[in-house]
This record gives sequence, structure tokens and C-alpha cells, in this order.
Amino acid sequence: MTAPAPAAPVSTATSGTTAGTDTRRRRPDAAYLWMLFPALALFTLFVTLPALVGVFFSFTNYAGFGSWKWVGFENYRSLWHDSTILGSYQFTLLFAVVTTIVVNALALALAIGLSSKIHLKRGLRSVFFVPMVLSGIVIAYVFQYFFSFSVPAVAGSIGWTGGEQSLLANQDWAWLGVVIVTAWQAIPSAMIIYLAGLLAIPGEVYEAASLDGASAWRRFRSITLPLVAGYVVVNSILSFKNFLNAYDVIVGLTGGGPGTSTTSVAMGIFNGFNNGDYAYSMANAVVFFVITVVISLLQLRLLRGREVNL
Amino acid sequence: MATIPTPAPRARTSAATGERRSWKLTTVLALASLAVFIPLYLAVTMALKTNAEASSGSGFALPTSLHWSNFSTAWNLVHFPRAAAVSVVIAVVAVVGSLAVSSMAAYAIVRNWHRKAFRYSYFYLLAAMFIPFPVIALPQVKLTALLGLDNPIGVGLLHVLLSMGFNILLYTAFLRSIPFELEESARLDGASTWQTFRQLIVPLLGPMNATVGIFAFLASWNDYMMPAIITADAQYQSLPVVQNIFAVSLTTNYNVAFASYLMAMLPTLVVYFLAQRWVLSGVTQGAIK
Repeated sequence: MTAPAPAAPVSTATSGTTAGTDTRRRRPDAAYLWMLFPALALFTLFVTLPALVGVFFSFTNYAGFGSWKWVGFENYRSLWHDSTILGSYQFTLLFAVVTTIVVNALALALAIGLSSKIHLKRGLRSVFFVPMVLSGIVIAYVFQYFFSFSVPAVAGSIGWTGGEQSLLANQDWAWLGVVIVTAWQAIPSAMIIYLAGLLAIPGEVYEAASLDGASAWRRFRSITLPLVAGYVVVNSILSFKNFLNAYDVIVGLTGGGPGTSTTSVAMGIFNGFNNGDYAYSMANAVVFFVITVVISLLQLRLLRGREVNL
Repeated sequence: MATIPTPAPRARTSAATGERRSWKLTTVLALASLAVFIPLYLAVTMALKTNAEASSGSGFALPTSLHWSNFSTAWNLVHFPRAAAVSVVIAVVAVVGSLAVSSMAAYAIVRNWHRKAFRYSYFYLLAAMFIPFPVIALPQVKLTALLGLDNPIGVGLLHVLLSMGFNILLYTAFLRSIPFELEESARLDGASTWQTFRQLIVPLLGPMNATVGIFAFLASWNDYMMPAIITADAQYQSLPVVQNIFAVSLTTNYNVAFASYLMAMLPTLVVYFLAQRWVLSGVTQGAIK
């Protein structure tokens, strides 16, 4: 959590004491430039340049091939009236918010459980981390079968009529399936951060509280929660940003359907490209980028004030 | 260093409850772990069923006999060796590229922090963390095609670039904790910057290399979005991408499909269970830094 604010480097403090390092102060050794060069060159060519080209074309009517002409903000105006696009933003934001809450609540609960005095601690930990190493789309295919056949079959045999139809075929509830599978996969990485946070709390703090007669709930609320608050913010930022880009799990689980009810913004952008709407999709990408940056910066601001150290 | 995989040495409960470990909590967690086991159980049993067994019921029933031929059918259908080789190429480029490019850049930045050009480069490269792939995906498709990189090598390269911001962040944080005095003596002995980096810094970077390498491997091996969009030739598609052959065209062959899913999951599962300790401590280190 210490990263973004760079500390004063050691080199400035120590250089200048000998003649050898003195020259380093004035002109950087060419070797340093060559070390930095690949990163800068590749980043500029493959990230900055395409981004700028993309922004440029978002003001044209380019189809991805052939000729094009400048259309100004036409694409952006159309976006605003496109119910499919607006629907994809609505779905993506709702999905990202709900999944962030679900992931953090369950990850924290599991982390507390796994750091308590339990049997089989190592084994249980290993199991809960498994989803982290599996491919999202493959897991989504497995869950697709689970929701389409296993759940309805079990529901039928116990007489629960509501569950006999596949969750994924229901326009109003398919998003819940996407939330469940995404959370299933994302919980381990959030949990690992919480576990590290919990292990950093000295046991004596809890012992003192117990001696003072604090109940388990009270200990959680007054000790655990404030001390992991910083980790909650870190986790929320990391997971929220990932969930905004949701793609793999949705492709495997619902393909964006039924209808367009689970089409994420990322899917919308790619679909537009396949349909020859290059410029229009690019305008969508630019808007998406601005929203992502604004949300990230807001979250970072929030993070600044909430760092908790022991 | 992270201590995740090993149990906490400290007492968490009061002296009254002492060293007693809770069976109640263990049971709750064991029940919760079913959420992980059920999909995996489905994947394993479905992969061993006959087509008739797989396409009826809830999928939970055990197979009557072990139908190993599903694996060979799937193996041939998705050209498994070829897809696996593609995934390996992507992962190797992503891992080696991430380690080399990010550690060098981070070293140059940390040792020249007092120079504006290096400082601004750092913030410029950090911007990569804010750019989601979908935003640059469309121009990227054209660019990679133009450069002849619409193949697994290009996909690996894109993984290097899009994780570069985060990796440089990890490396710079780590390098700042290495005292400059260590290098001073090497330099007085006449070592050049490259020699210092290779012989002194690279070995010290060990734990951070493991972290960056594990992240790069997992992210690139499991990714679907980039290979699906960037790779032009269907012959050079990675393991996750070839799985939708089943999802799209063979919706009734669940037994063969699951055999294929299982084979696609197996490599990372095996690596995870063999190298658990390092995977978990590596990921923790990355997350906490």
C-alpha cells in the first residue's frame, strides 16, 4: 500500500561523496537510458499510439476499412441515444458494484475463519485458493452447465418450481449468475490480502480485549474491522476496476444474453468492431476510459485517507 | 516475506479458551469449501461419463463406468497439443518479457530518481494501470496485424505491456529498499552499470521476480480476451479460446466438452498444488506492496 508515493531514493543521499559517483550526478550513464528505453518505446508504440489513433477515429465515420470523413461529436451524440449501449453501462456498473460488495464480504468472512483456531487449516486454505488459478472462461463453461442442468434438476426433484427454469435464461436474473461466477473466481485474491492484513494484527490486542470482557462481535467491530479498513479499500479498488472490464466469464456463461441483458461495456465495444462500427465503438471506448479513470482517481483519493498502520 | 501458507503462530483467543481449536468453525468452513469442490466435482465426473449419462439428470451422479475415451476425443478435436503449445508460447513471452523489461526500467528509474526525465517516465509508464484493454483493443487489432504480431508472440507482448505499470510499481518499491552502499563497492571495483545490474541487482530481485513471474503466468495462461481478439489465424489459438468449439458447435457433447475443460484446467492446478507456498507468498507480496 506504500507504493504510489515515491520515497526519496537512496542514491541522491549517498552520491557525491566520491569522485566516481559525482559524474553520475551530472549526466546519466548511457546504460540507464538503454534499460529504460525498451519499456518507454514499447509502451509508446503499443499503448499510447493506439490510444491516440483510436481517439482520433472516434471523431470520424471510419468503419474499420475504406475511406472515412470527420464527423465531430456525432458518434458521442449517438451513444447517448443508444439504448443497447446505455444498457451495457447500466449492467456493467450494477454488476461491478454488487460483485465488489459480495466478494469483499465473503472474502473477509473466509479470511477471518481461516485465520482462527481451526482444524485442517492448511488444507482448507489450499482449497479456497484454487479458483484463483483457473481460467475464467473455462470455469464459466462448467458453471453454465451447473445453472442450466444441475440446479433445475435438483430443484425439480425437491419440488421447488421456481428453480426449474435456468437462471441464465431469465432476462431479469441472468446477471446474478454472472455475479456468482465472477465472485467465485475473484474471492481468493481478495481473501489473500485480508489474510495478510489479519495476520499483521498482534494477538495481544485480542487478548487484552477478551480480558476486558469484549464479546466476539465487539472484538470484530472494534478491533478487526478498523484495522482491516485499509485493506477493504485496496481490495475494492482492485476488484472494482477488474469487474468493469468483465468479459471472459460473461462470454462463457451467457454470451451477453438473454437478449442483451448481460452485455458488458467491453463486450459492446468488441461487438461493434465485428459489425464494422469501428469509429462508433471507439467513441464508446473513449467514454469508458474516462469513466474508468474518474472512478479510479476517486477511489485512490479515498485510499489516501484510509491507510491503517500498526 | 509473506507468511500466508503457514499457520499464524500467535494466539488469537483469550487464555480461557486457550489452545482449543474449534470444530464448529472448521465444519462451517468445510461446508463453505463445497462451493469450490462442486464445480470441480462436476468437471471430473462429467468428463468420465458416456454421452447418454452426461446429457440426462443433474450431472451429480457418478459415472457407471470410466469413459476415458472422452479425453482422446477432446484431445483430437481441439488439437490439444497445438493449443497447449500456443499457450506456452504466450506465457513464456509474457513471463520473460515482464521480468526483463520491467526490472530494467525500474532499476534505471530508482537509481536516477533525481533526474526529471526518469521521474516523468515513471509516471508515464504507471499510466498503463489505468488503461483497460478494451479501450485500446480496436486500434491494437490493426496495429498488430500491420506489424505481423497478430499471433501468440504479439499476445504475449501485449500482456507484458498492459501489466508493465503494476510490475514497475512492484519493482521500484522493492529496489528502494536495497541500500545503495551495496552497489557502491562494486562500482569502486570498476563494475559498469550493466555488470552491477546483472551480477548484483538481478540476484537480489529473486522474490520480486517470483511474484511478477507468477502473476504474468496466471494472467497470460488463463486469459481469453486478448488471444481471442488479437490472434488472426484460428490455428494459433490458445487453450482457453479453443474451448468454445464445444460451447458453440457441440452443445450436446457435454462429456467430451468437460474432458476438454478439465485438460485445460489441469496444468495450472498441478502447478498450484506443487508450488502452493511460493504461489501464495508471491501473490501476497504483490498485493500488499
